[in-house]
Amino acid sequence: MNDRALHTDRSGVLTRISDKLWRNPRLTILLLITLPALWLGIVYLGSLFALLVQSFFSIDEFSGLIIYEFTLKTYGELFTPANFDIIVRTVLMASAVTIAAAIVSFPIAYYAARYARGKWKAIFYLGVMLPLWSSYLVKVYSWKLILAKEGILNWLFETLHLSWLLEAYLSLPIVGGNSLSVSSTGTFLVFLYVWLPFMILPIQAALERVPPSMMEASGDLGATPQQSFRHVLLPLALPGVIAGSIFTFSLTLGDYIIPQIVGSSRRFIGQAVYAYQGTAGNIPLAAAFAVVPIVLMGGYLWVAKRMGAFDAL
Amino acid sequence: MRKILKSCTAVACAASIAAPSLAADMIMEIGAGEGQVNIVAWPGYIERGETVEAFDWVTKFEEATGCMVNVKTANTSDEMVALMNEGGFDLVTASGDASLRMIAGKRVQPVNIDLIPSWSTVDDRLKEAPWHYVNDTHYGTPYMWGPNVLMYSTEAFDEAPTSWSVVFEETTLADGKSNKGRVQAYDGPIHIADAANYLMYHQPELGITSPYELNQGQYNAALDLLRGQRELVSRYWHDAFIQIDDFKNEGMVASGSWPFQVNLLQGDDANVASVIPQEGATGWADTTMMHAEAENPNCSYMWMEHTLSSNLQSDLSVWFGANPAVPAACTDGRGMQTAEGCTKNGLDDFERIKFWQTPVSKCESQDTCVPYYRWVSDYIGVIGGR
Repeated sequence: MNDRALHTDRSGVLTRISDKLWRNPRLTILLLITLPALWLGIVYLGSLFALLVQSFFSIDEFSGLIIYEFTLKTYGELFTPANFDIIVRTVLMASAVTIAAAIVSFPIAYYAARYARGKWKAIFYLGVMLPLWSSYLVKVYSWKLILAKEGILNWLFETLHLSWLLEAYLSLPIVGGNSLSVSSTGTFLVFLYVWLPFMILPIQAALERVPPSMMEASGDLGATPQQSFRHVLLPLALPGVIAGSIFTFSLTLGDYIIPQIVGSSRRFIGQAVYAYQGTAGNIPLAAAFAVVPIVLMGGYLWVAKRMGAFDAL
Repeated sequence: MRKILKSCTAVACAASIAAPSLAADMIMEIGAGEGQVNIVAWPGYIERGETVEAFDWVTKFEEATGCMVNVKTANTSDEMVALMNEGGFDLVTASGDASLRMIAGKRVQPVNIDLIPSWSTVDDRLKEAPWHYVNDTHYGTPYMWGPNVLMYSTEAFDEAPTSWSVVFEETTLADGKSNKGRVQAYDGPIHIADAANYLMYHQPELGITSPYELNQGQYNAALDLLRGQRELVSRYWHDAFIQIDDFKNEGMVASGSWPFQVNLLQGDDANVASVIPQEGATGWADTTMMHAEAENPNCSYMWMEHTLSSNLQSDLSVWFGANPAVPAACTDGRGMQTAEGCTKNGLDDFERIKFWQTPVSKCESQDTCVPYYRWVSDYIGVIGGR
């Protein structure tokens, strides 16, 4: 029996390929990596490079044709008041959404990581993931109906005789507007809702890794719950918060659909890119605008790395 | 990279020099059909009874000619231009803000109107319209046109507003409340033309002759008007269905709009009506144009004839709330449209409508005009409160 097993026929094509690959591990790696590398190199970085090149061209003021000569003029245009407003507006919105998402997510994630067991854990995952399964547009449109002047939220405020409160809030500059659905508060709420799962899940994963004994030890050593939270739990969970914030920040930075449906029509970066590359034919400015989130995210990731967000990877 | 792009530019230049000889190469006779025709069209423009059974202007054409109609819909003029640049299509239903770009870019070919028997039935006002008739050459057959009307709530207005001022300047409406926060404007740079059209009537000293051809001074005046409008508008409308929702749930009472939204809202028993005020209005006019390298020219010519001679003009004008390019389609019973229906869609208001064109720097009425890409960036500024 043994003898026969040793003398099995090793002449099949697949067998020979398998032998060859076993003898040359490098060849195996090369074969495995070629296709993804081509994808990353040509399709992904290639298009990114084409974009970067475009941003160094400029548009001829007179004819509206693109001049294919190196210039930094287009980047200069980003700093005209109207364009700079767009960048500032987008960054402020992305920061506000990120901070609010972290604050809202933390208790939810903490509950899920520490207290939810069995059935409740399943319900938690389902509850967090469920919104991700339905169409993004449907969610945004339903929010438009919730926030509308004749929508559910307004009705609720009226029923509670709190309309004066809402009106006082809406009369504020910047955050206010004619109704919630046409104010930047509305845009903020929808962003917060849509990106929340991307914040909850990383925080929950980070909290799962914090041993409960740490908190107990902190308490035994005389720390108040607040002190334990500030000096033990938060630093240990911070990588998760930062990982989540990368998602919420970058997603808000690039989105161009939500501010078009809910909000005051003031443009965000994504919408500016869309408008400039369209009929305007001002591809260089659109490309320069598209570089802004890349630069911002680059800076953000650098800070995140220094804060140890990727140590757990 | 720069080298490649430069050589591409050189090729483009060479192509444009070679083009005049190409222009003469229009088709002189129609042969047998190729079996298919590929059309880029606005959504709802080419119906084969699949959305609503009664609206079908394709099946009979396919049976009669053997040319199968393949439709690719596009949502914006930019998409249309992009698809035509890609190639692989025979025809496109281009609006005035796309047609001139395609003619200038040599993406469409001249059309021999002698090969289209029904050409004579086309509305005389459209036969040599500047958005498809360039250098004494026809670049397509007129398809449909319509006005951008002023839609208003009959609850807030006792009678139809006579001026666009209700969306441009703060006033107290018939229901005793201000129009502030209750009006909308179109979320596209082409809306600057609506402001220019308003100024053309109210400030003749500016000397505007076409709302699409503005010099710097006229342009600045239009932008100032729009900056005032920003104070009144809480959201600019972009999508027809969002506007419909805003009139239902957001308490909107007046806005520039399309007959399409007015018809849908009225069909839903909403209290709205529409009017073309004293200043006139802007509007759109679409043209069936043929790709410079169309692979199915014979079927394309057959389709162009079909668009003018069949039930298409009549039924489409009912379906879309637009006006036929062939006026007889309103009355001769070839489809569902009636004379009253055409009047409702604005057929008699042709003279009062300034049709969409792409603003270019080399304009006819004056030395230089502000080109479209500046309209885009400045309108973004206006909406942003600059």
